[in-house]
Amino acid sequence: MAAFGTGADRPLGGRGGSPGFRFTLYALLSVIMMYLDQRAHYLEQVRYVLQAAAYPLQLAVNSPPAAWRWLKESLQSRETLQAENTRLRAGARDLELRTMRYEALARENGELRGLREALPPVADRWLPAEIVNIQLNTLRQRLLLNRGAANGVFKGQAVLDDKGLIGQTTHVGPWSAEVILITDPEHAVPVRVERTGLRTIAVGAGDTTSLALPYLPGNADIRSGDLLVTSGLDGVFPEGYPVARVTEVHRDAVQPLAQVRAAPLAHVDSDSEVMLVWFRADHPAAPAPAESAAGGLKSGNPAMQPQPAAPKSHATPQAAPHEPAAPPPHGEPAPLPAQQTAAAEKPGERQSVQAAEAVPPAAAAPPQGQP
Amino acid sequence: MIRDSRTRLLLSALVALILTVLPLPWWLDVARPAFLVLTVIYWSVNAPRAGGLAIGFFAGLMLDVFQGPVLGEHALALSLITYIAVREHQRIRSKPAIQQALIVLAALVMYEVVLFMIDGWTGHPVTSPLRWVHTLSGALIWPAAAAILSYGAGHHA
Repeated sequence: MAAFGTGADRPLGGRGGSPGFRFTLYALLSVIMMYLDQRAHYLEQVRYVLQAAAYPLQLAVNSPPAAWRWLKESLQSRETLQAENTRLRAGARDLELRTMRYEALARENGELRGLREALPPVADRWLPAEIVNIQLNTLRQRLLLNRGAANGVFKGQAVLDDKGLIGQTTHVGPWSAEVILITDPEHAVPVRVERTGLRTIAVGAGDTTSLALPYLPGNADIRSGDLLVTSGLDGVFPEGYPVARVTEVHRDAVQPLAQVRAAPLAHVDSDSEVMLVWFRADHPAAPAPAESAAGGLKSGNPAMQPQPAAPKSHATPQAAPHEPAAPPPHGEPAPLPAQQTAAAEKPGERQSVQAAEAVPPAAAAPPQGQP
Repeated sequence: MIRDSRTRLLLSALVALILTVLPLPWWLDVARPAFLVLTVIYWSVNAPRAGGLAIGFFAGLMLDVFQGPVLGEHALALSLITYIAVREHQRIRSKPAIQQALIVLAALVMYEVVLFMIDGWTGHPVTSPLRWVHTLSGALIWPAAAAILSYGAGHHA
């Protein structure tokens, strides 16, 4: 270490002022940057450029694992490939059959609901993206994808794999995008229990295998094995995509809330490719436009939260009896009050949420008629 | 001489940055030392004029791009550590390796405290005790890291 004494005899001040002065300068610069980035979001452009500059390094870091994967794939034996081929072909046939069934069901559903034709699926466009870098620890669960603004990716876009929801994009660079996983402790996704329609919020627990459902009352109707799907109330994810399966439910007599854990369906830690999804903006099940979703990651703007009351098949039956009294006097499908999302957070108010959602069924039917 | 040490500084900072963003299994990831912070401390103590405060600031900015919730967070924390290391470089340099490791531990804890406070103020609180693990592992590998960096330096010069 002493080898580095050379040149140390010059006083430290030198050009650019004393270290103390320069430190004050840099500290001030950092604080201003933090302020601009946090409060005013002025630094999106700077971040965009920096992310572009950082991308080659991230690619380089990822290249050894990628090369290893490529080598392994190219050295696979003929038998393995043939076996895989047969399996894939069988899987594709299976899926085709299921699609046919699905189309029939969708048409039937459309007819039952008095629509002229069935609605197209809510997903408009898919883009496969490769995972370039992955950060999976208890504090941060992020992915870096090799698609960015050049491919049309936007901030707050939903990311899925073939099993379920993975997360949403947080920072988008020109050729890369950072994704926050649903298991990140800072992420929360509004979900619905498929069996009962019960709405709640699933919060990341910091490891890839579990989500926490901290806002359910002790007497909530939920049991292990229940499937959680997105409820579409957040303006990012559309309604009805599978998220997780409940693994354990703890009911403690002295605790007002049940302790519920769920395992995400997506295989975040073994995936090498994920899907970026664009949704049809005019579809009833689609999330709100991206502009409102962009700021809503952490602190939602209450004015942006309500969505036009999309007629949802699962919500109507309960409200059907008092339907005649329900339509508001002005006869217009007014956007629902912000209470919709707020109520979803409060346990035990499920009835009121569903009622609120079903209020304008008669009035809301016409806009749905034109796909 | 200064230019020479500057290239070595940038090279080692690049290697440290790669080590920082290298994907690791989560249990290793938690204990991963803050390589870039250690490198910056090393150069601030042993060649305070080669990089000075600028290297601390820009290394922090790189960390912000890779893992910061807001730009400027790591930059501020690392500037502070660099400033202290540059100011006290003669006193730190003369200490034996064990004492240096303790000083580095204190510096890393201070660094993490700054990050912790900024995380809280900006609304990204991460209260898990695991975030402090890297300060310990960083202090543990300090003697080895310093030896490697000084070996590279001696070899070159």
